[in-house]
Amino acid sequence: MSDGQALLIEGLRKSFDGLEVLKGIDLSVGEHEVVCLIGASGSGKSTLLRCVNLLEPVDSGRIVVEGDEITAPGVDVNRIRRRIGIVFQAYNLFPHMSVLKNITLAPMKALGTSRGEAEADALALLGRFGLADKRDEYPDRLSGGQQQRVAILRALAMRPQILLLDEVTSALDPELVAEVLAVIRELADGGMTMVIATHEMSFARDIADRVCFLDAGVILEQGAPDEMFTAPREERTRQFLQRIIAAGRL
Amino acid sequence: MLVKASGASGRRSTLIALASTLVFAVAVVLIVSNSAGWPEVKRAFFNGEVFRESLGVIPEAFLLNVRIFLIAEALILVVALFIAILRSLPGPVFFPLRALAVAYADVFRAVPTILVIYLLGFGMPALEISGIPREPLFWGVVALVLVYSAYVSEVYRAGIESVHPSQEAAARSLGLSRGQALRFVILPQAIRRVVPPLLNDFIGLQKDTALVALLGPVEAFRQSQIEVASNFNFTPYIVTALLFVLLTIPLTRLTDWLVIRDRRRQLALGGAR
Repeated sequence: MSDGQALLIEGLRKSFDGLEVLKGIDLSVGEHEVVCLIGASGSGKSTLLRCVNLLEPVDSGRIVVEGDEITAPGVDVNRIRRRIGIVFQAYNLFPHMSVLKNITLAPMKALGTSRGEAEADALALLGRFGLADKRDEYPDRLSGGQQQRVAILRALAMRPQILLLDEVTSALDPELVAEVLAVIRELADGGMTMVIATHEMSFARDIADRVCFLDAGVILEQGAPDEMFTAPREERTRQFLQRIIAAGRL
Repeated sequence: MLVKASGASGRRSTLIALASTLVFAVAVVLIVSNSAGWPEVKRAFFNGEVFRESLGVIPEAFLLNVRIFLIAEALILVVALFIAILRSLPGPVFFPLRALAVAYADVFRAVPTILVIYLLGFGMPALEISGIPREPLFWGVVALVLVYSAYVSEVYRAGIESVHPSQEAAARSLGLSRGQALRFVILPQAIRRVVPPLLNDFIGLQKDTALVALLGPVEAFRQSQIEVASNFNFTPYIVTALLFVLLTIPLTRLTDWLVIRDRRRQLALGGAR
């Protein structure tokens, strides 16, 4: 399953205006591993992912990516972010750019890839995920599912070592969720290392190598999906899963 | 655009609009032409002969207004953007630059344009520093650029702040630097949004080119003063006013049209992002 360590998080703490959201997170993710973060809203899933991408400065703790400590003082955050892709709940595509430009902007400007090469890469990605005919469309002409798929491809175009997915299907109409999940599944099959915050429990159960339950800023419990969803050890995990089942989401 | 017409009820409202406008116009004409001073005013302001004579001289002087306007406008677009970017720099390190940008915008919006023109136009040449231009026209343009850049920088800033922070987060998350995020992601969206208020400020600028006359250059307003003095008649002022209206109206209509187009586009998208 995992040969080396892709991501190591130790004692990660983060507060917003005195409110501690992450209270000492320890997490290790192996190469090619898919880790799903589950937990109630406000449990710290999104904040954790944003910290790994350094979009939020951490208060204390260490984050190590492929052996390099990215929380060390004086690191070049722009270089770090090129190695760690993140996809957001609200897609956050650039509305003034075509699909193709959305995908090629960062490779061209941040990596210095030539336009020809960046566009060839982007078109290959679009073709692979069935979006080739959307290359010249603007985001507001696409469905939510298409926008989110483009957002995933935009992150992939940087060839990240790790991909972070932050509730990427939560803003979608139910009938559009499947097409986005299919993309993630294909990436998992291709060996992409991913950390996925999600409310889609059956998807998490299906795709994850490991599931982590976040509760009140700590990882309360983690394990293989089957044991997490059928025989959780912690009472809080049981309660959470019962609420999910009651809502018909598992 | 002012009166929306479509179908039978549309034709009806167009007719009502026309009729009420006609009644209003006739009333105004009657009131003015029956006033006690009208014959005198008519002679002093609406003299056909002086009008024709002025048309031969003032439009040429008006070209100077157009030149001042075009040069100032180009400079303002650049200077104001620079100020707005200074003001949006994050972090404590850039506090002095931010403070400077704020002070600049505060001062030049507070001081009357006419005072800035006098102070620079008479003050700077008086310093007699070698290498500093002494032409009043130069300093007049500089004064307009300084005053209007203060306004326009605020317009830019409003645009920059209207772009949702998630756009910068998305750009930065891809490894773009702050400068690149600003240049490729934030500014293009911000500027698109502020084009109407930007044009509105430029309409003000077109009029204020007349203030440069205070320093001596013979532009349209100055030329009309000369004509007024030589004819003992105010008709040249009317000519100048008409020229300004002719210059400004296309820009005001363009601004209105852009605002309406933006509103339609937003409605079409159902208010979504």
